[in-house]
Amino acid sequence: MPDDALLAIDDLCVAYDGSNALNGVSLRIGKGELICVVGANGAGKTSLIRSIAGIVPSSGGSVRINGVDISRRPPWDICEMGIAQVAEGRQIFGALSVEDNLLIGGSLKRARHDRANTLDSVYQLFGRLRERRDQLAGTLSGGEQQMLAIGRAIMSRPEIVMFDEPSIGLSPALTDVMFGVVKSLNEQGITVLLVEQNVAKSLALSSRGYVLENGSVVLHGSSRDLLENPDVQRAYLGL
Amino acid sequence: MQRTSDQASDTKRWGAGALVFAALAVVGGMSNAYVISLLTIVLLFTFMGQSWNLMLGIGGQLSIGHALFVGIGAYAVAILNIKYGITPWIGLLLGAVIAGFVGAVLAWLSFRFEVRGIYFALLTIAAAEFARIMFGGWDYAGGMQGLFYQAPSGAMDLGMLRGDARFYYFVALALAAIGVAGTELISRSYWGYVWRAMRDDDEAARALGVRTFRHKVLVVSISAATAAVGGGVLGLVQGAIFPDSIMGMAISVDVLIGPVVGGLGTAFGPLVGSMAAIPLHHAMGALGDALGLPGLNSVAYGAVLILVVWFLPDGIWPSMVRLYGAVQLPARGRIPQLRKVEE
Repeated sequence: MPDDALLAIDDLCVAYDGSNALNGVSLRIGKGELICVVGANGAGKTSLIRSIAGIVPSSGGSVRINGVDISRRPPWDICEMGIAQVAEGRQIFGALSVEDNLLIGGSLKRARHDRANTLDSVYQLFGRLRERRDQLAGTLSGGEQQMLAIGRAIMSRPEIVMFDEPSIGLSPALTDVMFGVVKSLNEQGITVLLVEQNVAKSLALSSRGYVLENGSVVLHGSSRDLLENPDVQRAYLGL
Repeated sequence: MQRTSDQASDTKRWGAGALVFAALAVVGGMSNAYVISLLTIVLLFTFMGQSWNLMLGIGGQLSIGHALFVGIGAYAVAILNIKYGITPWIGLLLGAVIAGFVGAVLAWLSFRFEVRGIYFALLTIAAAEFARIMFGGWDYAGGMQGLFYQAPSGAMDLGMLRGDARFYYFVALALAAIGVAGTELISRSYWGYVWRAMRDDDEAARALGVRTFRHKVLVVSISAATAAVGGGVLGLVQGAIFPDSIMGMAISVDVLIGPVVGGLGTAFGPLVGSMAAIPLHHAMGALGDALGLPGLNSVAYGAVLILVVWFLPDGIWPSMVRLYGAVQLPARGRIPQLRKVEE
């Protein structure tokens, strides 16, 4: 990728209590791309997203969006710059109504002025959420909660959405639905960073991919090349 | 946002609230002095319970030291009025500002240094106890001997907030109504859902761009300021304030018993809970005196708390609502901190 990437990560390090979760990860995302980061449990995928979002501090390296370093910024600043995340385990607010969950996502400055329209488009995307707008989010099914988490991210009018294992805990059929949603968001112009354990499906969806092992990128390239790479096939695809 | 499905139950909620307070106004016009004085206390603790409820029930921050803020309000009014003849209205305002500031500093320091949850609650106790001892040793503020208001002449004076017992009953009733309506309005506002979001999941709220630190300091500060207003009026009603009574642990418990018994995070819970718990407390106190069993009232409080946590973990009000299905409960739900006790 050229250096005018939308999101440019260089040598990013994250440490928890002295042990390293990320050891100098570098990656690039161009505007409008859909890329994936795959790896096993504990490879550092979630740490990568949380660090980009400013939830955990980085211990080294830089994260730049449109050339601006955000690695020392608080989470709300990063959200205001157009980076949204759909967290692992969805993290919806169970004791709030579906609509209140969405409204919180839309309370950023960048999204507030147009919130009613955005809400409407989220309801168009997920009709089920409109039906259940006044229901407590905690009473939704797993798939509906995942829709809500995605809808909440869309409410912030993001440039980039980071998905942390959107397929986790979902049936294979629902997983396909979720990946379809990810794909269609990308087709609407939202840049996507997809973090997944489901290597085959996410490589099929994305244009490029990074393979994370023990906090480092061990392989990266076009998704097609990665799918044909014998190491990837052996380690992740069971071939 | 338009929510047509909610509008019918909205009207019902506000209508029911207006009816309850109208009934209480009629009661105030008819009852004898004892009932009036007891209900005045109930209504004041409804208001203060509401301010505490805002902080835990909606904001997710536990305080067991609300006596600190109650006391600050009471002292602000008493010092200005007794020493300088300044109207309690100014005292209430000043007390609210000081308590709001103290609350904000306490919250800022705690959350800045990651003192949270039960440790923050312990800190509120420590702060209240510190203030109580400090006021006890502060001669200017009357020390342990406290401060006494002049006996009221009986004539009602709204400008100086002086009047007979019935006058204070209606002041307390107005405060309680403001507390209930205010909680309802705040919990539907932007702050309301942001606070409930951070109560539910702090990190998720931050990940969505909510400045949770700022909001936590804000909710503590607002809760402290409103509790101080209740404290200022409580001092006037009691006619005298002493550090041990107005800043004591008992006040902190009285403040939280209404919302805990009645229903955390709800607008009506503190009213229902105070109505149930405080008269019981007084009755058991009288019974204890008659039987020569001091402390019977505290035992009764403990028993009520255990029974409520055991059988009605959401509090009386939500259970009543569920039982009769009269009013649809708004999206609020239970409070994680107290659920853990039950599980």
